[in-house]
Amino acid sequence: MNWDHVRAIAGVDMRRLFKSKDYWIPLMMLATLFFVLMPLLALSVIGMLANTAMAQQLAGIVDSIPVDVSPSLPVDDPAAQAAYLIAVYMLAPIAIIVPLTISVAVASNAIVGERERGTGEFLAHSPLTMKEIYFGKLLASLVPGYLITIVGFALYSLVVNLTVGPKVGGWFFPTSGWILLIILVIPPVIAIAIALVLRMSARMRSAAAAQQASSLVSLPIIIVSYALTVRVISAPGPSAFLIGAIAWAIALFLAVRGAGKMKRERLLGVASET
Amino acid sequence: MTSAMDSAIRFGTVSKTFGSVRAVESLTFAAPAGAVTVLLGPNGAGKTTTVRLTTGALVADRGDIEVLGLHPKINGDEVRRRVGIVPPKPAFYDQLTGWDNLRFAARIFESNEGAALDAAERFSIQDALLQEVGGYSTGMRTRLALARAVIHDPEVLLLDEPTAGLDPESSRSVLELIRELAGRGRTIVLCTHLLHEAEGIADQLVLMNNGHAQAAGAPQALAGQYLTEPIVLLDAENRDALGALDLEEGVVSVSWNGSVQVTLDDLNRLPDLVTRLVNGGARLTRVEPIGATLEQLYFEMQRAHRGEMP
Repeated sequence: MNWDHVRAIAGVDMRRLFKSKDYWIPLMMLATLFFVLMPLLALSVIGMLANTAMAQQLAGIVDSIPVDVSPSLPVDDPAAQAAYLIAVYMLAPIAIIVPLTISVAVASNAIVGERERGTGEFLAHSPLTMKEIYFGKLLASLVPGYLITIVGFALYSLVVNLTVGPKVGGWFFPTSGWILLIILVIPPVIAIAIALVLRMSARMRSAAAAQQASSLVSLPIIIVSYALTVRVISAPGPSAFLIGAIAWAIALFLAVRGAGKMKRERLLGVASET
Repeated sequence: MTSAMDSAIRFGTVSKTFGSVRAVESLTFAAPAGAVTVLLGPNGAGKTTTVRLTTGALVADRGDIEVLGLHPKINGDEVRRRVGIVPPKPAFYDQLTGWDNLRFAARIFESNEGAALDAAERFSIQDALLQEVGGYSTGMRTRLALARAVIHDPEVLLLDEPTAGLDPESSRSVLELIRELAGRGRTIVLCTHLLHEAEGIADQLVLMNNGHAQAAGAPQALAGQYLTEPIVLLDAENRDALGALDLEEGVVSVSWNGSVQVTLDDLNRLPDLVTRLVNGGARLTRVEPIGATLEQLYFEMQRAHRGEMP
């Protein structure tokens, strides 16, 4: 496989994506909503509920704190404890929902889009191998989702530290669990989703159909990865590395298999008719 | 038909179906190296499928294809590296500039930016390279497609309806560019359903219909095979003196379209015919034996394949 070809495919797709404002502006809004606005709102509300009956109820959540992280919690302020829990645990799914949504949206259009635009004809007649095209598309779908996650994660860290930090004795975020999650687990989980969605994109007759089908794939992945994220955040140890390694192995297997199943004629839009 | 040794492209009883549709059926033809081969046929004749089979973008169900001595099914990447293509309705990444598109093509064909710029200049699109392709006219898109197709200096160029949607001026200019490329010794396969487009450009003609080649060969050879009766254009100051032409000996048919088109059974009859017309009082202003046009050839071949008598 010629990696320069892979980078060329990924590069042209990302450049195109960057130039399509109507595509990336909604995705940026989604990221802003999940990484900044929702956490800001949730954590601000928790802050305002201090010294109320509801704060006492929220303090009950402390009971459910995993033993291995509980020592780091400030014990004498139930509202701060609740805010800490929300910041570290309850908002964890955003780390997976946002990149998955973005990457799946890009991937679902990746192959069928080439066909609909007619540019697939050029790729089909080019010396690019199907593996190069597939991995180029995978990279082009993975990178935007992951980049937005990194930026969003930085903003989320800022929001969390500014709103909750003063109540718990200073800046505490990101925790080691979140760092492992972002570095080790999120990329392969996105890659798994993309590998599956790209195969759908190659098979579907229209971008709309591919979009519909890809949501069916991403939903169970979101549910499974939610459990994984909570696990990695709450127990950032060897198990996090193990989860990351297994996720990468699955992603690689699916990607190699997906690349092998790609047919050149699907770029022309005739394979579905055979 | 050219021997396999001289052929850049050779199809041997190739078939390809899509579901119940037979796109190409037992197609056999050869495109000589360094010549212009025109695949001529109506829409749906199988021309585009033939092009797609040539590069290996589609794989034949049956038959044997050779391109530059390689089999597209086995050595597809190598074939595609040595072949350039202009598809019908060439598509680009419209949000990107012409230069971005050419640079991308240069990269995947392992060419360089200098070659991309040269190609753009050759097809006079260099001044528009920094514009987004979405704003290009059809003619500009075709020029960019031609530039993209030759960026890697291919040995074989496949042009599938390259003038589709172009105005007559742009169309003519594209055909001149094709002639220029042919002059450089490249093997060119031009698919078209437009007879005037093939006229004068085809070294080799493949008449396609319903997925197979009804006839293939050099236009002169095909004319000799299908148009055995010579045609002469006649005219006279007093046209009524030509009124009984169809009764003259050796005249097969007479057509009155502008000038008078007379089909003879043998060109050697022309001097006697002229003498008789002059003696009969005709003041002839035109006596012109004409070569067969591609249009005549095309319809004659179609008629012959339908089993109709001329």
